[in-house]
Amino acid sequence: MSIRFDKLGVVIGVLIAYGALAAPFATFRANRIVPGDAKGILDALPTGAGMLLLGLLAGAALIVLLRTPTRLRLLVAAAGLAAIAVFIGMAATHLTPPANAYARVSPASGFWILLFSFALLAADSITRLRPLPLVRVLLLAITLGGAAVVLMSGLWDGLSILKEYSGRADVFWLEAGRHVTLALGSLVASVLVGLPLGILCHRVAPLRAGVLNTLNLIQTIPSIALFGILIAPLGWIAVHVPGAAAIGIRGIGAAPAFVALFLYSLLPVVANTVVGLAGVPREANEAARGIGMTDRQRLFGVEFPLAMPVILTGIRIVLVQNIGLATIAALIGGGGFGVFVFQGIGQTAMDLVLLGAVPTVVLAFAAAIVLDALIEINAPQRERSRAA
Amino acid sequence: MRAWIPNILRAALLAFLIAFLVSPDLFDPLLKPLVQDNAPAIYNQGSLLTLTLLHLRTVAIATTGAVLVAVTLAILVTRSFGAEFLPLSRSLVNVGQTFPPVAVLALAVPILGFGEKPTLVALFLYGLLPIFENTLTGLTTLPPAVMEAARGSGMTDRQRLFKVELPLAMPVILAGIRLSVVISLATATIGSTVAAKTLGEVIIAGLQSNNIAFVLQGGLIVGALAVLIYDGFSAIERVLARRAGLSARG
Repeated sequence: MSIRFDKLGVVIGVLIAYGALAAPFATFRANRIVPGDAKGILDALPTGAGMLLLGLLAGAALIVLLRTPTRLRLLVAAAGLAAIAVFIGMAATHLTPPANAYARVSPASGFWILLFSFALLAADSITRLRPLPLVRVLLLAITLGGAAVVLMSGLWDGLSILKEYSGRADVFWLEAGRHVTLALGSLVASVLVGLPLGILCHRVAPLRAGVLNTLNLIQTIPSIALFGILIAPLGWIAVHVPGAAAIGIRGIGAAPAFVALFLYSLLPVVANTVVGLAGVPREANEAARGIGMTDRQRLFGVEFPLAMPVILTGIRIVLVQNIGLATIAALIGGGGFGVFVFQGIGQTAMDLVLLGAVPTVVLAFAAAIVLDALIEINAPQRERSRAA
Repeated sequence: MRAWIPNILRAALLAFLIAFLVSPDLFDPLLKPLVQDNAPAIYNQGSLLTLTLLHLRTVAIATTGAVLVAVTLAILVTRSFGAEFLPLSRSLVNVGQTFPPVAVLALAVPILGFGEKPTLVALFLYGLLPIFENTLTGLTTLPPAVMEAARGSGMTDRQRLFKVELPLAMPVILAGIRLSVVISLATATIGSTVAAKTLGEVIIAGLQSNNIAFVLQGGLIVGALAVLIYDGFSAIERVLARRAGLSARG
């Protein structure tokens, strides 16, 4: 009998061993801005729990190291993620002295390395299993649901990021709403304008180069500058156009952020619409004309469905990009999760930075998975209709 | 078509940019109408030329690192011993792109402190993705006939890589580097929120003192740099593609 090692498993096994034994699991600080005191797993947890976690991690590393069935590896990844989620909460409760509101416990490098290792393992097993798009969305929902349950249970309440949250829960949800409104609103606006513009560029060839080059030029202006440049014209409109101020158009705040995100979003939408429509097979168009479809029928019945995966890819790029860029809106008073990021940078309070950065990353990640699934669900129809 | 018109525009843009950087005060009357009475119209808290050079240096260092790592990784996962990592590396690249630059920057600060270092890390991580993806595409879509011929003529693996695969994939790899540089040029400005010396300083100074002229000059310098560098790369790609015997837009 020969023992066979898994190449990636060796890498992940070493990472798990390093994260568990050599790097600190949690950091304890007397208040939110002083330097911290790093604690290993055995110091951060009650003795029994620490030993249990080390045992679990050793078992996981062993399974990962060897060539084991992919489903088992996915299960190990899920169990590993759940375990470190639960134990970091326990560490926070264990390390915080009773009735001390100033002490802060945050995850340290060992925790992040373990998180990365198990996430890598999960990504690898999911890639190998090639689940259907709906299954991937389901996995995402389960993961997010699991995180929500842990959040609600109060297990993480001792962690510094949630202490930052508890002080500003109202503001957090307000900014979350603004962030999503900015990202989604500008996406909707860019689709409403970009799709017709893309169709126009497809049909009227001389327009194409000019429109695409202009949109390309806009992309080269750095986001913080574009946000700033728009302050002037919008401020002017607010003062001089009657009714503009009443619907929320102002020089600073959400309006310039919205317009900037909209301008950045146009290129992917328009360019992908043009590419998608150009990729529609000539025979499909001729067949449609042959059976007497009008231009309009052909556009909605033939061209659009066939170009849909490419157009959706453009929308995916825009949504993920907008969720990230909306953080910059905070610099010009536009709100969003960026408020916490920049406040945190200003106060060198990294827990506050995390309060803004973590939801942004989760949102962008979830949006990418859902839209990737949508693209894949749309793509096979193309194959089917081609075969038919 | 009159092919020289774009070249003249490019030369004019370059001349304008250099003139602005060397003696910005000449352009004071142009920007003066944008500011309130006594506010300065030209950035006065440092030299624009120095900031531009520092900006370019930051982008150059980060991109060089990204090229070395991304191309090496892409070569490794396309060899037979690394093939196991190919699907995973693809999905990692996909996931990596969902991390917003501001978040990467902010999260790098506690580890690296304020200044240029977190910016370099964010630009490096962001620059990896397009280069890796394009190198993979370039190395995995080589014409099978050419590969067969190379193998048939008795070339070793190493010779094939350096004499056939990489030269043929070079235009696609360069396109990835071009994309990465243009993204980095714009993203580097965000680095100034954590005190890196880039042109973002000019823009942020403008935002803080409500000075549109500062914001505009910072943004336009970065935009002009991006356009010129983008065109420069495109020209090199065309030359290489022609030399490799592919179509100009290969």
